[in-house]
Amino acid sequence: MTIMETRKHGDASDGMIGGRQTRFEGQLKVTGAATYALEYPVEGLAHAVLVQSTIPAGQVVSIDTSKALEAPGVLLVLTPEDDLGLTTASDWHGNRPENQPYHPLPREVRFNGESIATVIAETREQAVEAAKLLDIVYAEAPSVASLDDPNAGEGKAVDMLNVAWGDAEAALAAAPVMIEAEYSTPREYHVAMEPHGLTVKWDGDQLTVWEPSQWSHGMARSYAEWFAIPYENVRLISPFIGGGFGSKGAALAYSAVAAFAARKLGRPVKLAVTRPQNFTSYGGRAATRQTIRLGATEDGVLQAIVHRGASETSTYADWPEQTGAATSILYKVENFSSQHRIVPVNTVTPGALRGPGKNPSAYGIECAMDELAWKLGMDPLDLRLKNYADRDYQSGKPWSTRRLREALMEGAEAFGWSKRSHQPRSMREGRTLIGWGIGCGTFPVIQAPSEAMIRILGNGRVEVVSGAIDMGQGTYTILAQTAADVFGVPVSQVDVKLGDSRLPGSAIAGGSMLAGSILGAVHKAATAARDELIGLALSDANSPLRDTGANTLTFGDGRISVSRGEGPSLTLPELMAALGRDELEIRRNTLPDGATAQEHHQAWTTMAKVRGPTMGDYSMHSWCAHFAEVRVDEDFGTVRVSRMVSAFDCGRLYNPRLVESQWRGGIIMGIGQALLEEGLVDQRNGRMMNSNVGDYLVPTNSDIPDIQVISVGVPDFNASALGGKGVGEVGIVGVAPAIANAVFHATGKRVRDLPITLEKLI
Amino acid sequence: MRDFSYFRASSVDEARNAVLQAGGALLAGGTTLLDLAKCGVAEPATVVDITHLSGLGEINVDASSAVIGALARMGDVADHTQIRAAFPAVAESLSLAASAQLRNMATIGGNLLQRTRCPYFRDPATFPACNKRNPGSGCPAIGGVTRNHAVLGTSDACIATYPGDLAVALVAFDAFVDLGSRKVSVDDFFLLPGDTPDRETVLGRGEMIVGIGIPASAAARNSTYLKVRDRQSYEFAAASAAVGVELEADGKTVRDIRVALGGVATKPWRARAVEQALIGKALDVETVERASGLAMEGAVSHGGNRYKIELAPRVVARAILKMAQNVGGLA
Ligand SMILES: Cc1cc2nc3c(=O)[nH]c(=O)nc-3n(C[C@H](O)[C@H](O)[C@H](O)COP(=O)(O)OP(=O)(O)OC[C@H]3O[C@@H](n4cnc5c(N)ncnc54)[C@H](O)[C@@H]3O)c2cc1C
Repeated sequence: MTIMETRKHGDASDGMIGGRQTRFEGQLKVTGAATYALEYPVEGLAHAVLVQSTIPAGQVVSIDTSKALEAPGVLLVLTPEDDLGLTTASDWHGNRPENQPYHPLPREVRFNGESIATVIAETREQAVEAAKLLDIVYAEAPSVASLDDPNAGEGKAVDMLNVAWGDAEAALAAAPVMIEAEYSTPREYHVAMEPHGLTVKWDGDQLTVWEPSQWSHGMARSYAEWFAIPYENVRLISPFIGGGFGSKGAALAYSAVAAFAARKLGRPVKLAVTRPQNFTSYGGRAATRQTIRLGATEDGVLQAIVHRGASETSTYADWPEQTGAATSILYKVENFSSQHRIVPVNTVTPGALRGPGKNPSAYGIECAMDELAWKLGMDPLDLRLKNYADRDYQSGKPWSTRRLREALMEGAEAFGWSKRSHQPRSMREGRTLIGWGIGCGTFPVIQAPSEAMIRILGNGRVEVVSGAIDMGQGTYTILAQTAADVFGVPVSQVDVKLGDSRLPGSAIAGGSMLAGSILGAVHKAATAARDELIGLALSDANSPLRDTGANTLTFGDGRISVSRGEGPSLTLPELMAALGRDELEIRRNTLPDGATAQEHHQAWTTMAKVRGPTMGDYSMHSWCAHFAEVRVDEDFGTVRVSRMVSAFDCGRLYNPRLVESQWRGGIIMGIGQALLEEGLVDQRNGRMMNSNVGDYLVPTNSDIPDIQVISVGVPDFNASALGGKGVGEVGIVGVAPAIANAVFHATGKRVRDLPITLEKLI
Repeated sequence: MRDFSYFRASSVDEARNAVLQAGGALLAGGTTLLDLAKCGVAEPATVVDITHLSGLGEINVDASSAVIGALARMGDVADHTQIRAAFPAVAESLSLAASAQLRNMATIGGNLLQRTRCPYFRDPATFPACNKRNPGSGCPAIGGVTRNHAVLGTSDACIATYPGDLAVALVAFDAFVDLGSRKVSVDDFFLLPGDTPDRETVLGRGEMIVGIGIPASAAARNSTYLKVRDRQSYEFAAASAAVGVELEADGKTVRDIRVALGGVATKPWRARAVEQALIGKALDVETVERASGLAMEGAVSHGGNRYKIELAPRVVARAILKMAQNVGGLA
């Protein structure tokens, strides 16, 4: 495969790979022309609203629907009484229990805010009003509100997550210096700007779903399995998504209910999940707590890490938020032990939220390293460099690329770290205490196959076609850049079609795996299309390039010409016209050659073909180092981040402008996590008490300082075909500990439970 | 949302009469009313739109007072040059409130009548009991998540915080609410919850706010509104203080001082004990800090809100010291 280097000739156009091309779909979004899932002008819509439980656990004894059914406009009321005739779909790995009925409106209530009924009416307002008329009788059962509930207990061990090498307990006992601390993080939520919901329509046994999706193929599969229809009968359309952050990768219970209602009514149905319902219709990041013990020599050489973590899960599914995920790979240590437990409580099953696992894990270890540095009287930067991991001690494998040292050094330089005074409370302006802190982050390179189609039209336009999605991270743009690069045309000559399960298969937009995966497929298809064009141009009787004697051709500056020297040169439309073609279409995937149809289906609709970071010869990860400055009002305890410098090793950047925006977005979410975000649960009934954006606080513009981001990466061709590593998840990882450490430096107070709200500092 | 009838009033009398119909609610900027309708707290049978009434949007400031119409927008009052000069605390309380979009929609009359953000009050589906919504049914907030609940002026029936900022500045400067037929001081306008937390103001049925008046004073001219919260903007106060200071001709001794608190009490809270302790005194850090502690006389914590008892006096002290410094009176 040809590797495209950033252009050295011509105008160094932003449209090439590595260029700073602005968002391809940006104008559509800012002008409101981009159509989102709930905006499709489908004729004859009925409107569904969800009714959620107000008890944490128990049974729905009965729901009297008579008043609701009499209310104006009401078409249908669905309750646990109704057998929707659905079958349980496969999990992400493609495992599926045989013939297990699926009840998306369960009789058994497992958490406060679980959807138990749906009202469908002519208008949304009518449905909302009728929903209030349901007379629901519950039999409440005992419940566990949260990880903090005294009845929550210790939960169960997740043996798969036990990691150990050396003899950690013995090494810890022998270490001259030891620290021990417990850290905790609360429930955190995605709060994507676009709430969840869908528009759904049946034509016979053909189902069309407009739904924001991080994975059009995987979600289409769920619908097909629920309704026992062929996969091909489902079309999930999701060209624009108002943010997902991990929440839009699966079709959920309400999706099944809406599709059922549409079939039953013989009308298209729209279901909008309200903002409050978004907090319980799918899980956010699980609450976690972890204890870390570090042992070191007097001069700061780590001897042992002992880590014990726990996270909340639901009573009906196991979701470990892996608090040990970063602990094991950030530092060089010969003796290590990490274990993780999950504690079932009455909550919706938690889910993936930006930087899953790595994020709370880095919070723990990076705060612990700061505590150790303080205890040793060492600079936290020096401690990190001193214990720099020369290889992956967990897998024993060499790093593919790891420029964390460069990230630390260049970040420190840009931040001015060397001017830091060691002592806490040593920098102030009046009543404002100033502090500086470091936090490192990491996220694994996850690889998956993808497929793509390239179509060259007679008018010279190049189409890139894929079922991959763009939730704002820039898929449209980098695919256009890739094709523009291969064909030597401006991006304005490229069209990109995405977000439709009928289009070629792709990896999920999650775990930072999409860009590396889909670019590989697009590049492969585009190169194949170019090779085919070259072949035709050199052999076709009507081609002006045939008799040039050349054995290959060059694509550049919008023209196709003989590589060296004189001779005719043609534009793409001229060549297509000469060849008498109106279209040339090539489809390629990155599965092994000879993959069967079943393997194709499996690859695009499950996680079966996904490869972890150490499944090959190397250990592959993105890395970052964050430097934070905080200003703390010493009377009020209010913390403001006044400066951030973050340096990243994410390999090659396909589009630095978009990557920087991903990094900054992650950092901004990290600031929210450090200082503001917390799902507040009433311990008496497990109800979430701040399920709206007026009360669940995310940062506003004025909470966000100048953020300087630096790339220190080099291309990593083990990580992906074009040399990039993931950029989307890693940005948030390490931000919260950098801020927590800065708060300690400012105030001398160590806050070990997030978020660091003012009452913890006064 | 359930059906309601909509009536556009063309005069104050028409609006008042319309409200007298059962369940009628005035609609100004709608940023509280619609919000409460969405969460199922407000279910007006008739909505009486007063936004088209003329003459209620004016802001007039002269040497003796400011008179502000009920329909003046929060944003316009916040930006008004003479308000900013003669009543900085009032202007600041507005510019630090809500968001720019809300300030462009919301009116002064509606602002005073905004309702508590108590999450139990706002979730009737889960918590049918609430003495504010449903007198005598109980208070689910007590024993629940209480980080933002009041520590002052609470009762066994209700601990909901009055969340607004403007009214705090108004109560500090003896402003009054003009109801057309009568004028009521802002302090008297708002009621303590006692056993009847459903009654939040003295506004009678069929009464309407036509405007507010704020007497000019030296203290109002040298005033500030200090709002403390975790998020830099767009959050209600964890604790706030409206403070104005006037010194004697000696440039040291306090002649007049006004202190009111927000975010910590069930109504806009005038801290007269703090004022009394400082009148006639010179302002130094220690004196101010000691006096500010008096603001919390009678404070009761419900767990999550305990920090407010610590925080509020510090906010008061900072605001007083700032105003003392402003007129060169900090010893
Ligand atoms: C997310 C959010 C954040 C906010 N943050 C803050 C904040 O930080 N600080 C702050 O102070 N406020 C804040 N607010 C509250 C906001 O200031 C009020 O919603 C607004 O001022 C209400 O004014 P309105 O004109 O929209 O009132 P409306 O919603 O129209 O009316 C409110 C109530 O007053 C009644 N009413 C209106 N006008 C009159 C009148 N002339 N006479 C008698 N009754 C009348 C209505 O019937 C209704 O009951 C926030 C609101 C939201 C939604």
